Amino acid sequence: MLYREAGQFKTSYAADQQIFPIRQDRIAIGLILAVAALVVPFVASEYWIKAILIPFLIFSLAALGLNILTGYAGQLSLGSAAFMAVGAFAAYNFMGRIEGMPVLLAFIGGGLSAAAVGILFGLPSLRIKGFYLAVATLAAQFFIVWALTKFGWFSMDSSSGVITAQDIVILGFRFDTPVSVYLLVLTIVVVMALLAKNMVRSSVGRAWMAVRDMDVAAEVIGIRIMHTKLLAFAISSFYCGVAGALYAYAYLGTVEPEGFNLDLSFKILFMIIIGGVGSIMGSFLGSAFIVLLPILLDVLIQDFLTGLLPPSISSNLQLMVFGGLIIFFLIVEPHGLARLWQIGKEKLRLWPFPH
Amino acid sequence: MKVKTIALLVAAAASAGVSGSVLAQAKEQFIGLPSYRVGPYAAGGSGIYGGWIDYMTLVNERDGGINGVKLTWEECETEYNNARGVECYERLKKKGATGNTTFQPLSTGITYSVLDKVAQDKIPMVTIGYGRTDAADGRVFPWVFPMITTYWSQATGMVKYIGQKEGGLDKLKGKKIVYLYHDSAFGKEGIPVLEKQAAKHGFNLKTIPVAHPGNEQQSQWLTIRQEKPDWVILWGWGVMNPTALKAAAKTGFPREKMVGVWWSGAEEDTVPAGDAAKGFTAAGFNVAGTNYPVVKAIQDNVYKKNKGNMEDKSRVGSIYYNRGVVHGIITVEAIRVAQEKFGKGKPLTAEQARWGFEHLHIDAKRLKELGAEGFMPDLAITCADHEGSGKVKFQQWDGKAWKVVSDWVDADKEMVRPMIEESAGKYAKEKGLTLRDCAKEG
Repeated sequence: MLYREAGQFKTSYAADQQIFPIRQDRIAIGLILAVAALVVPFVASEYWIKAILIPFLIFSLAALGLNILTGYAGQLSLGSAAFMAVGAFAAYNFMGRIEGMPVLLAFIGGGLSAAAVGILFGLPSLRIKGFYLAVATLAAQFFIVWALTKFGWFSMDSSSGVITAQDIVILGFRFDTPVSVYLLVLTIVVVMALLAKNMVRSSVGRAWMAVRDMDVAAEVIGIRIMHTKLLAFAISSFYCGVAGALYAYAYLGTVEPEGFNLDLSFKILFMIIIGGVGSIMGSFLGSAFIVLLPILLDVLIQDFLTGLLPPSISSNLQLMVFGGLIIFFLIVEPHGLARLWQIGKEKLRLWPFPH
Repeated sequence: MKVKTIALLVAAAASAGVSGSVLAQAKEQFIGLPSYRVGPYAAGGSGIYGGWIDYMTLVNERDGGINGVKLTWEECETEYNNARGVECYERLKKKGATGNTTFQPLSTGITYSVLDKVAQDKIPMVTIGYGRTDAADGRVFPWVFPMITTYWSQATGMVKYIGQKEGGLDKLKGKKIVYLYHDSAFGKEGIPVLEKQAAKHGFNLKTIPVAHPGNEQQSQWLTIRQEKPDWVILWGWGVMNPTALKAAAKTGFPREKMVGVWWSGAEEDTVPAGDAAKGFTAAGFNVAGTNYPVVKAIQDNVYKKNKGNMEDKSRVGSIYYNRGVVHGIITVEAIRVAQEKFGKGKPLTAEQARWGFEHLHIDAKRLKELGAEGFMPDLAITCADHEGSGKVKFQQWDGKAWKVVSDWVDADKEMVRPMIEESAGKYAKEKGLTLRDCAKEG
């Protein structure tokens, strides 16, 4: 009933090829965006905005970046956190070294620097595949964090290698309240998510998917493998780089290279596995699952179980429940939360006459 | 008419709710605990937060709180992860009747992540024995208190102790000291001050990094064997420590000639190394053992009533546990000091508590009253100096327990303080901060 499409006719190519062909989807997305941009800033508390929504959006962007590389182009990567680190440190250097640098340009610069590094570490993907490539990107993870710690130049010679993000000022407006920062992050994430959605529907995206599904066949039909794979690395790293810059500027404020460790890379990988490999929406669902669920569990356990259980057991219980839920979801739906949604949507479209 | 009634009802309900909560919570002081009890550093987290909670339970049970104000607290699991730490910071910020009193994350990474936020939200952050060293300059960092001693002070204290063992600091000339460190921000922290010490006292310093996590040190100890140093300073963390001790035993380097940082000097570092740890000495701003009245009081008033936080009661009196008690003492005493200014028996805001931390003065007499004589050093915080005494004690592992082998050793403050001011000044310039004028503040 919700998804009844009767009466929705496509009379032009433009209508047929739009991002959301079903009217209900368009309305739903419009509503979500309107709520996120117009209602949330007035309703949500500072805690929700600063500690939950901003990191959720930033990790969604990072997951989106990895999803482009792993989900669409089929290149497994364990270096996402390192590319985030490149973005954060590059943006910091652009801001610190160039007088009057606009902050958005610095974010883009951070993304481009990450893209350049991504291309460099993507080169092995031309020869090696699958798990072996994962190991090569693992090298990126360790090398970049090591280099950022080792050479003081990257952190502008701060004594302990830690950088403190400069204030965000755009056209004279200072983004210092949680709401303004949230709106900035939301805008960047929405614009980049729309770009990504369009990219994967274009010839670029189809080339990525062709390479993912069978690279020999893709080559035979005339797709340039090198160009396609490196483009995927570049764009994916660009997304991760911007996410890293936002992580430093809009979320933590002060970051150290060690904060972008392998754990974070795995976390982003889990996000796309749980959310849905090869799905834009899955990046958001996965980020929500991995970022929000542990916090929810901690709050629940602190509220209801404190005093009943010894403290170390209640802390470990969180990890156990979290791990259990991951396994549960992977067994129930190996293709991720996005696939669950897709199945549900297809059922709704046919409801109440499934046959 | 109808709208008005509803508005009135809402207002009445809201005011009832507010006054009710004020009445109910009027006599409580909330302390948010960003603890970590899982992951690789769980031993430290559970020990320190456990000791801290036990001390607060003691104050509530024995004294009925601080001048009648009961302490309340809530834990938030950070997993030693920066992002989770920030979430905990935000979650705990507004809890309790007057908000979170102080934030003490026990993680240098989380310290950096909330450094700017605590100044905005006006919540004092106390980092005892970790965190940002140059925050000891209270003129630049009014909200951060790296108390008792910083890494730089400690490094000079270690050199002083080595000098004592050699028979005087002038005997250090021509000696060779190896600085074996964890290759991270934490490990590199000691290098600049040790280089200056080497120039001052005329010893040779050789720095050898160990990559994280440090369970592979063969090549490092081969170098040490070739260098034949007189002393080794072990600046380690986690698994790196027992590995270093075992490697030293294999190489035949005497453990008596090894001095560890305070994150190398807990039972968790020496027990896994077995016999190889015997003779190893480590610095610390608190000592181990249950032989102190304050620990005895916890055992009598908390554990006998089955209100203790530690599941493994044998850990009461361990290095980490006692360090938690030190955290408890400092927090409680600061609140006590602040209450004397802002009203005895009243819950304080975080801003008022900050005043207490800044005017904290725990002298030998007060330590005796607290039952912590020799347990932790005396301490005097001022507007300019957020560090305090900078003293450390050295303890030696006898194979079963840590035994105190020195008195409190002073830091080389004449060297450390200008370095702190220089580094903090650089930060202030970068951030465009104006220094507080301490002469004008009460």
